[in-house]
Amino acid sequence: MNGSPPEKKSPSVPWPAHEARDGANLWNYLVAAILVFLFIWSYRGSEIRLAELFGREGGGQILAYIKRLFPPDFSAFTLQEAFKGAIETFAISFLGTLMAAAIAFAVVFFASRNLMYSGLLYELEPKERWSQVLRLVPYLCAKSLLNILRTVPEMVWALIFVFLVGLGPFPGVLALGVHTGGVLGKLFGEVLEDVDQQPIESLQSTGANRLQILFYGILPQVLPQFISYTLYRWEVNIRVAAVLGFVGAGGLGQRIHIAISLFFENQLLTFLIFIYVLVTVVDYLSAYLRRKVI
Amino acid sequence: MKSPALPSYSSARRTVFPYLFTLFFLLALIDSWRRVGVDLFIFFEPLGREHLLKFLTGMFPPAYSYDFLSLMVRPALETIQISVMGTLIAIAIGFPLGILATRNFSVAGVLNDADTTGSPARLVTRFSIYALARAILSLFRSIPEFVWAFMFVRAVGLGPFPGVLAIGIAYGGMLGKVYSEIFESVNPRPLEALQSTGANKLQIFFYGWFPQVLPNFVSYTLYRWECAVRASAILGLVGAGGLGQQIEISMRMFNFNEVLTILIILFFMVAAVDTISAKVRAIL
Repeated sequence: MNGSPPEKKSPSVPWPAHEARDGANLWNYLVAAILVFLFIWSYRGSEIRLAELFGREGGGQILAYIKRLFPPDFSAFTLQEAFKGAIETFAISFLGTLMAAAIAFAVVFFASRNLMYSGLLYELEPKERWSQVLRLVPYLCAKSLLNILRTVPEMVWALIFVFLVGLGPFPGVLALGVHTGGVLGKLFGEVLEDVDQQPIESLQSTGANRLQILFYGILPQVLPQFISYTLYRWEVNIRVAAVLGFVGAGGLGQRIHIAISLFFENQLLTFLIFIYVLVTVVDYLSAYLRRKVI
Repeated sequence: MKSPALPSYSSARRTVFPYLFTLFFLLALIDSWRRVGVDLFIFFEPLGREHLLKFLTGMFPPAYSYDFLSLMVRPALETIQISVMGTLIAIAIGFPLGILATRNFSVAGVLNDADTTGSPARLVTRFSIYALARAILSLFRSIPEFVWAFMFVRAVGLGPFPGVLAIGIAYGGMLGKVYSEIFESVNPRPLEALQSTGANKLQIFFYGWFPQVLPNFVSYTLYRWECAVRASAILGLVGAGGLGQQIEISMRMFNFNEVLTILIILFFMVAAVDTISAKVRAIL
């Protein structure tokens, strides 16, 4: 859910790779032993009862549950609730992502090394200790702020904000905004740190000051990627916004929580269909906008 | 990642898109704003300020009594266990379905052309297997793991087991999709070579396909495991074991110092898992 997906390695494995490696050595056995131990330990700890799940009783229960889901409830009341919930979920994700982008954009420039104290912009400057410290302090503050925002999961932020501002969709927006702000801050920071140096260098040679370099050399390079990352997080956030209601933060999640708790399985299926449609629509919208930007 | 900067305002083609986009954006913004009931100054109003103060002062110092910490060891370990078992089940679901949902394994490409030309029945069978696998994967991953967890809590009772199942199913869907994408990007020549020696499909898969994709495969699975640790830490909010359950309890009792302690534990746990996974990935 968090962090950036790993860079996809190109499938250019020197074929045949497995023959080039030498055979089993001590290291391989060690890794295998650790894996087996991890498996057994987790198996016992997580109280897995697969036999029960596939046994006559457990399997029958699950089948019965699935049967009760059908047919989906398309009565006027449920549809109205579902529409309201879906629009609310959309609103939460939309505002939350905007807020996150605003937070990240406000903080990220202080949290990127090459803008704050090192690299091309500061090469020619005499290294005075006090000015270094003066620059390092805001950098560290911004960096740790982003870390804190990112570490606390959205759901926990939602719990906290429900306590702080009461039930409803508003705490959901705050939770999404704060957590995603941290995530986007990290992603934006990575973009800023591997910005192309040449335009900066040429701007500097014309005598531009740092603010001018930021506006004319750096921002035009990074903005498309900022927008693209924001859209990507929007896709993640619509999924999160759909379940934030479980802790009282509005949207479809709240309706789903009620429907499951009260055993309204037919209603539940309707809401699930709405989540599916909503998520798909947002995915397409985001992909379309991304193509427009880049 | 590096793309040349192409600011849209300098493009010569003029379209209606910017205006339309601005219009919809503003409409969505205004509507969302009103619907959500945004209150920008809530923390400056007496009630909001009081709650904020209560929360912040309640948080410090974090709870560090021996009793509480020893109570937290079990849920913290449970979180890891849930994530490991959940990821394993996810692999067990995602791997076979991912193979079937690979286009050039089940429908098209060198492996199937010879079989399916002039035999529409066979083509239809293979295509329907492929489509079914895709549909199941899409169903599994489009329902959020939170909803799965709550449904499984209903079906099999409280505790870590529903958490494992929820992560297994939801992540199985995600892994299956990504696996099929990875499988589709292989170099087809070894497959052709194997086929020409008369290897059957499973043999082709395990000797031609799998060795090529293994590094990507393991690296993505590890990344998902990192996500699973984060997810299993909060699944407890609906009663599926792990640290989340403790967060929920402490939050309901307004013991914010305990919440802070749990969050600190969570931070170190996630950092440790990320480090391990990065180390393993570096070995590959």
